[in-house]
Amino acid sequence: MQIIRLIEGQPATDIDVWTRIDDGEPLPEYAPTMVSLARWRSGRNDLVRRNVAVGVRLASHETLEGLAGDLERLDLIALDFPNLNDGRHFTTARLLRERHGYRGEIRATGQVLRDQLFAMARCGFDSFDLQAHQSAESAREAFSEISVVFQPAADGRTAAHAIRTGGAGAHFSAS
Amino acid sequence: MPRRVITANRLIDGVVVWRDAAGRWREEIDRAAASDDDKTVARLLSGARTDEAAGVVIGPYEVEVEVEQNTASRRFLPTHLRERIRAGGPTVALH
Amino acid sequence: MYAYDTLDRTFVAQRTAQFREQVRRRLANELSEDEFKPLRLRNGLYLQLHAYMLRVAIPYGLVSADQLRALARIARRYDRGYGHFTTRQNIQFNWISLKDAPDILNDLAAVEMHAVQTSGNCIRNITTDQFAGVAADEIEDPRPWAEIIRQWSTNHPEFSFLPRKFKVAVTGSASDRSAMRVHDIGVRLVRGIDGAIGFEIWVGGGLGRTPMIAQLLRGFLPKEHLLGYLEAVLRVYNVEGRRDNLYKSRIKILVSTLGIERFRDLVEAEWTLTSGPGLRLETAGIARMQSHFRAPPYADMPGRSREFEAKRLEDSAFARWAKANLFPHKQPGYAAVTISLKPIGGVPGDLTAAQMDAVASLADAYSLGEIRVTHRQNLVLAHVPQDRLHDLWRALDALDLATPNLSRATDIIACPGMDYCGLATARSIPVAQRLSERLAALDEQYDLDQLSINISGCVNSCSHHHVGHIGILGLEKGGAESYQVTLGGSSAEDAAVGRIIGPGFGAEDVVDAVETILITYLGQREDSERFLDTVRRVGQDPFRRALYKQP
Ligand code: SF4
Repeated sequence: MQIIRLIEGQPATDIDVWTRIDDGEPLPEYAPTMVSLARWRSGRNDLVRRNVAVGVRLASHETLEGLAGDLERLDLIALDFPNLNDGRHFTTARLLRERHGYRGEIRATGQVLRDQLFAMARCGFDSFDLQAHQSAESAREAFSEISVVFQPAADGRTAAHAIRTGGAGAHFSAS
Repeated sequence: MPRRVITANRLIDGVVVWRDAAGRWREEIDRAAASDDDKTVARLLSGARTDEAAGVVIGPYEVEVEVEQNTASRRFLPTHLRERIRAGGPTVALH
Repeated sequence: MYAYDTLDRTFVAQRTAQFREQVRRRLANELSEDEFKPLRLRNGLYLQLHAYMLRVAIPYGLVSADQLRALARIARRYDRGYGHFTTRQNIQFNWISLKDAPDILNDLAAVEMHAVQTSGNCIRNITTDQFAGVAADEIEDPRPWAEIIRQWSTNHPEFSFLPRKFKVAVTGSASDRSAMRVHDIGVRLVRGIDGAIGFEIWVGGGLGRTPMIAQLLRGFLPKEHLLGYLEAVLRVYNVEGRRDNLYKSRIKILVSTLGIERFRDLVEAEWTLTSGPGLRLETAGIARMQSHFRAPPYADMPGRSREFEAKRLEDSAFARWAKANLFPHKQPGYAAVTISLKPIGGVPGDLTAAQMDAVASLADAYSLGEIRVTHRQNLVLAHVPQDRLHDLWRALDALDLATPNLSRATDIIACPGMDYCGLATARSIPVAQRLSERLAALDEQYDLDQLSINISGCVNSCSHHHVGHIGILGLEKGGAESYQVTLGGSSAEDAAVGRIIGPGFGAEDVVDAVETILITYLGQREDSERFLDTVRRVGQDPFRRALYKQP
């Protein structure tokens, strides 16, 4: 499957290397493995011991509660969007980057629409499971349609008010 | 069963349209295809849904109408106020 | 007023281009309606009964003469020659084509306007007091703060898909003309104990199916923390707000479910972690913003204009208008004029393109080229020299814009209702028109002052009927229009939700019912007591008895 990935802020089409393992399914031997939060909680030790990259996916109602201490062990956090109106994970992504300093991959999965990609990127997502019927080429353009932002977020862009005051108080880093 | 016609709003300009017997969308309700037969109405609606999927109209549905028939003309009057307003325009002056 | 710089211009241009491309993809059927709808909504475009409706943002109700002329051009070129001002200080055009929408946004951008976030589940247009910067009872001008919030909320990446719409009002005065307490967040400038100016933050107001008055969230917030604190409130709401039920998704439900204390704890905890440097407002930035709203160059004039006093004695029609439609200005010799958009029997809040052009010219000639929109669907010329009031009045009268009825029985707030709106359950405008005609005579005879009648065409309450002194809600009952009447609401500093008086009235009877209510009030009022105070004093019983002919 193809995904869109931001590399140094630039969008590119990429092959997805992650295997999504449903609860109850056996773990694959080598492939990077993405599991649910419940599976992570119950099988944490097994998953860590394997020395294979592990990712956790959060359903839209799940939060980072209880996960903060584990972030270092996770190479990927997939945040699921069940429909176009559920924006909870925009917050989750910002908290991961800005509060917890998470540096792994944050992926948007589920109903990911081209026209939400820019907002997602600003909140700290850096890979996107685009829905099959959407054009990847058009999706890549979605990241550069808007160049002016009016508030700091997880992407480190300088907000308009900070540019105007000559950068005083403008500094904002994502770590 | 009461007599029904199929309506929707046209995608490109939002204008209220009514489906005629040939499957065209008309701006005048009196040109709509009407039927009191469930099967016929279902067939009209399914044609309308095809047009919706093709991006011609938005949100097609059935509307109940009364028919005023005289020798010269046939007129449809929706039973619900909302649909009467859609068919005839606002009930207040537009300035 | 605020003037765009390159950054603002670039943003609005890019956003317009982005929407043009989205419309192209929709018309090419590359986007389904389900995918497109949230995109068009956040650009102000609704599908209504007869066409698309475009809601153009008028940030905190402030519009220049040139902008109003641009709105007139849009009304003529793309609509049917008129527009409708709303209770959120915006303007709506009723007859828009999807294919024209990108061109209209282009025309708006040319005069530093847009339709960004006038709909959708995001932070909406920021509203404020129409007398901001002019009112004598003002602690500080709220407009720079409204603009700061507007910018911060613009295209906010985290809060673009909230559980539901989110409305913010800012006021700088003790008397609340912004209906701050029926907003999701109300911001009020206050003086703290040490004399420093900061904010009171109110939360959880809102109307709709479950009307609620906002509660005090924080008694004093230092200025520099405004955005950090708002971000914390929004974040708590984004995470905790309900998404499973449309009618329970506003922040008011979250606040009332958790209780204000618990909600406050969550916000304060979040804020402690969020209040990093990124959102802290620098003194220089605040001053910069305030400089956009500096008082205009007023002429030195005596406090009382002899010309004005003389004309008032000579011309009783003018005197009547001056009594109802003027607001005292803090600058000696000036007045703020309200242009009533409620001609007797007219459509509340509507203005034709010709009237827009004319009002723009009058604003240029009499009021420093600036117009304000009020949340009661009227317009304000905020800086008129008193010497020139009579001339202005004559010009307004010629345009049918000098109805002397501000805050009176015929100053009715009404939403478009079923004549236009896809969500309506009944019509509002015809009821407003018949009421206005009926009450005009009663008002003339008995002086029905300080009265607010609000009519909504469905539970969405766009006309704030719950907080009208008399509220009217149009519903559908057994296939017919039925109007539920509430008494005792208020959107001002004494905000309250009105109580339903009894069973609803048919379309034919509702006008009689309101008249009966007012006649009952006239029988009950003591001295010049306002309607609301009479209702509060005597309760609902006398009205109920009169309406339902109970002994
Ligand atoms: S109150 Fe209802 S009918 Fe009136 S404008 Fe709002 S949604 Fe439409």
